[in-house]
Amino acid sequence: MGSLFTVTNTRFLEVTVERDEGKSQAFRVPAYENQTVLDVVSWIQQNADPTLSYRFACRVGMCGSCAMMVNGVPRWTCRTHISKVLEGEAVTIGPLLNLPVVKDLVVDMDPFFDKWVAAEGVHHGGLTRDDPIAAVDEESAARVEANAGIECINCSVCYAACDTVAGNPDYLGPAALQRAWTLLNDAKDEGRIAILDAVSGSGGCHNCHSMGSCTTYCPNELDPMSAIAGLKRETAKSFFRRGR
Amino acid sequence: MSMARGITSRAHPLWLAYILHRISGLALALFLPLHFWVLALALTDPARLDGFLTLTDNGVVKLAEFGLVFLLAVHMFGGLRVMAMEWLPWSAPQKTLAAAAAALSFLIATLFFLQAI
Ligand code: FES
Repeated sequence: MGSLFTVTNTRFLEVTVERDEGKSQAFRVPAYENQTVLDVVSWIQQNADPTLSYRFACRVGMCGSCAMMVNGVPRWTCRTHISKVLEGEAVTIGPLLNLPVVKDLVVDMDPFFDKWVAAEGVHHGGLTRDDPIAAVDEESAARVEANAGIECINCSVCYAACDTVAGNPDYLGPAALQRAWTLLNDAKDEGRIAILDAVSGSGGCHNCHSMGSCTTYCPNELDPMSAIAGLKRETAKSFFRRGR
Repeated sequence: MSMARGITSRAHPLWLAYILHRISGLALALFLPLHFWVLALALTDPARLDGFLTLTDNGVVKLAEFGLVFLLAVHMFGGLRVMAMEWLPWSAPQKTLAAAAAALSFLIATLFFLQAI
């Protein structure tokens, strides 16, 4: 079988997969010239152990479903070339941190998405279909801020990287707060009060210690830490204005 | 192994600045009660204070003093860094320039001060 890969492999990768309840399992995976971390996991599932569970969909960095811990660092595995992460010929792959493990490399993303909603990361429209389409000034400072965060793919890499999330299960986390900051700056969103209330609570933006792991590891090079700093400024301003 | 992993994933400048700020703060918090207690000796037991102060001629104590000043400086600049990062809506290059300017001015002022004394 595998006539597509008749090339005789001279190199093998020593892959450790962290499976359920902290059990690690070692696999020898043939090395190829072009191989992502996701390819390695897929090879194991297709050739060595069909019971290995993992998640992916698009394989091109769009859907955000393939994130895993690779050598202790959260990464989007479909866009991470194996050569970038190998230590010698070895690599360790585990499920994302800070989320409950369902099985093997699959985590339950519900807490992540629930917090997205809890941070008011939903559209707060003010117009109806009968209103004319409002013009958006692409150059305005607020729009520039909003645009900075819209490429988020919900992969949860920042959420897994954040020690504040690890220490406080109620903390909304970098992705949800960045979404709130994006909507706060969106001229078409009218949820200002609701957003500021949602992000200034006990799990809100003021938990952030600006460790910056979110910004360091975001695969799309977004900057949640600065977005959260923006929320800190806005919530503080509105606090003093309301005179509470 | 897992400890080493825990460190490698965090060994980026922002996290290191964060942990340095935290640890220097904790160390200062531990030091300050001791510091005040020694100062209080001036009132309660001056002879003992003098005995204690002769210790400061000791090289090891001098090194420890250097450590304290270092902790204070690290903690102060760490605090200024956090405030600038979170409260100034500037772009990253602007902040880098501002920090470089502040550091340079501080260096020049310190050199001037050392000349003066
Ligand atoms: S599989 Fe879609 S982002 Fe990796």
